[in-house]
Amino acid sequence: MRLMITKIISLNKDKMSIAKEQDVVPFRNRVKEYAIKIKMSLVNQTKLITAASELGRNMLRYANGGKVLIEIVSLGRQHGIRLTFDDQGPGIPDIQLAMNDGYSTGKSLGLGLPGAKRLVNEFEIKSELGVGTKVTITKWANG
Amino acid sequence: MDRIPILRMGQFLLVTIQVDLYDRLALELEADLVKMVSKTGAKGILIDISAVSIVDSFMGRIIGNIGVMSKLLDAETVVVGMQPAVAITLVELGLPLKGVYTALNVEKGMDLLKSKVQIIEDDEIDAANDNEDHLPE
Repeated sequence: MRLMITKIISLNKDKMSIAKEQDVVPFRNRVKEYAIKIKMSLVNQTKLITAASELGRNMLRYANGGKVLIEIVSLGRQHGIRLTFDDQGPGIPDIQLAMNDGYSTGKSLGLGLPGAKRLVNEFEIKSELGVGTKVTITKWANG
Repeated sequence: MDRIPILRMGQFLLVTIQVDLYDRLALELEADLVKMVSKTGAKGILIDISAVSIVDSFMGRIIGNIGVMSKLLDAETVVVGMQPAVAITLVELGLPLKGVYTALNVEKGMDLLKSKVQIIEDDEIDAANDNEDHLPE
């Protein structure tokens, strides 16, 4: 039996590690290159890169860095960029709380996670205490 | 090491951000600007961000901080040249940057700064005149 569900296919990928503050700059540039490759509009590029910047900073601040997988994905005729942030930090005890605007355990404004979620099309977060946190975001070229 | 230059022009300080900001660079700019305002007695700061393609919550907060800190030192801050995509993203992110003055370009930003400083000076002159008027005979 053939399933009629269109699957997201990953076309092209790249892995980068973010270990210090300066790494965020080449990472943002790489994301931009990928976004340009799939002809993403400038506004969507800016939203995606801003979300990527927020999540990259979170990873540095709370987990001492981690790795990001950058992928071009396609769903039917739609192309998009998917970023997977993977760290081995302390994990987030209460994800619902962390997703609230203005909540921060650090000294920031608490806009990172909820703000990043608003800027992309798909947002998924998984966290396990003592193991790490994995955040996956997807932005479609014309989404 | 990278550093963002601050130019002095009369009673104003001029900053053009031409590089991709990372957190420490932004923090240093904040500290440098506040010190510079205090040292020079500048009346206004103009920050040109027309070459900046990304402003995330951290940089947004720094820009807001510069506005508030310089205000405490009696200087106004105007941010000019924000790209439309950056404005859209900032609002969706939840950071509308309410505390700072903005202008479309450097020229308009300069005019705005001059008018702000002018108003303050006029008020001071008025206040001084008022005092004279009400001197007891």
